[in-house]
Amino acid sequence: MPQLEFGNPLILSQVFWLLVIFGALYVILSKVALPPVASVLEERAAKIAADLERARALKDEADRAMAEAERAQAKARAEAQAAIRAAIERAKADGSKAQADQAARLAKQIAEAEARIAEARAKAEAAIGEVAVAAAQAATARLIGISPDLARVQAAVAEVARS
Amino acid sequence: MAAEGKTIDALSQFALSPIVAGFTNSNLFMLVAAGAISALMILGMKPRAMVPGRLQSLAEVAYEFVAGMVKEQVGKEGMRYFPFVFTLFMFILFGNLLGMLPYAFTFTSHIAVTVTLALIVFILVTAVAIAIHGMRFFGYFFPEGAPVALAPIIIPVEIISYFSRVVSLSVRLFANMVAGHVMLKVFATFVVLLGGLGSLGVLGALAPLALNVALVAFEFLVAFLQAYVFAILTCIYLHDAVHLH
Repeated sequence: MPQLEFGNPLILSQVFWLLVIFGALYVILSKVALPPVASVLEERAAKIAADLERARALKDEADRAMAEAERAQAKARAEAQAAIRAAIERAKADGSKAQADQAARLAKQIAEAEARIAEARAKAEAAIGEVAVAAAQAATARLIGISPDLARVQAAVAEVARS
Repeated sequence: MAAEGKTIDALSQFALSPIVAGFTNSNLFMLVAAGAISALMILGMKPRAMVPGRLQSLAEVAYEFVAGMVKEQVGKEGMRYFPFVFTLFMFILFGNLLGMLPYAFTFTSHIAVTVTLALIVFILVTAVAIAIHGMRFFGYFFPEGAPVALAPIIIPVEIISYFSRVVSLSVRLFANMVAGHVMLKVFATFVVLLGGLGSLGVLGALAPLALNVALVAFEFLVAFLQAYVFAILTCIYLHDAVHLH
């Protein structure tokens, strides 16, 4: 096995060059190659974090606007409902007032009419007495040719009317 | 590289050969790996795009994969050692993956290489532990609350287990890469040898060929997995060094 022929001087020189090449690679990578990779990765992570932050802020703003709109809508709805309720109340109140007026007017008319009827009846009743007295006087005069005393006729009529 | 004559020669692929003086074919592929890693990370990140393209994505995925591993295993303060873990992981991963190319040399299949890498980890971890905890680091070898009477047993066991980290790290990577490449070579040689036996042999060669296809896929998994294991064990050792248990 060539790897175990330690008498071979090439094994030692191979190790020498290994140290040189490995050391050079370490210096190149640590001083030249790796720092830019770290900075690129950091920049990207920072950019992504900033973008996420901005997206979150915009979302918050949108949420706030949404809540604002909802609140405005709810307020408008409540106002509209209150207006509708008030209009209904007013209409109801107007209606009942008109009804009451109407009823009062009708009641007054009924009362007036009743008063007129009572008056007419009283007049008529009074007139009936006079008519009856006159008719009785006229009838008595035509039948028996005497003109009875007004007071007596009146008394007689009143007695008949009473019975 | 191919089977010479009628024998199975699975080991010549690991032979070192000098290119210039002491600079071997193994070192050439280390150089290729280091160049490819640097190119990926530097050219790939050049656009510095907010939305990355393919190469930049690859560079970022590699970065974040290792960074996640370090953060998870060692913690935030472990990011100081991130460049080291990243270099280690990418170097081993590219070494393993480059080895999958035909005619390529797999430098992670050399125990000298894996031991060197493991020793770098071991020395770094020990230095970090002593730098952070000073003399208290040596308490690591004797868990608090253990009966003092057991110290003669516990302390040697802990010390041996601490030092065997080098062995387990290096041998695991070395053995995995060698075994994989030997198997690939053996079955590939079967295909060639059976194919030379006429029409019946060609038919028979289909079995090792199919097996080799599966093995190649498996070796890609192993290439990644072994780099990952090496890096994550390094992270666990760093965690112990930073936090002492």
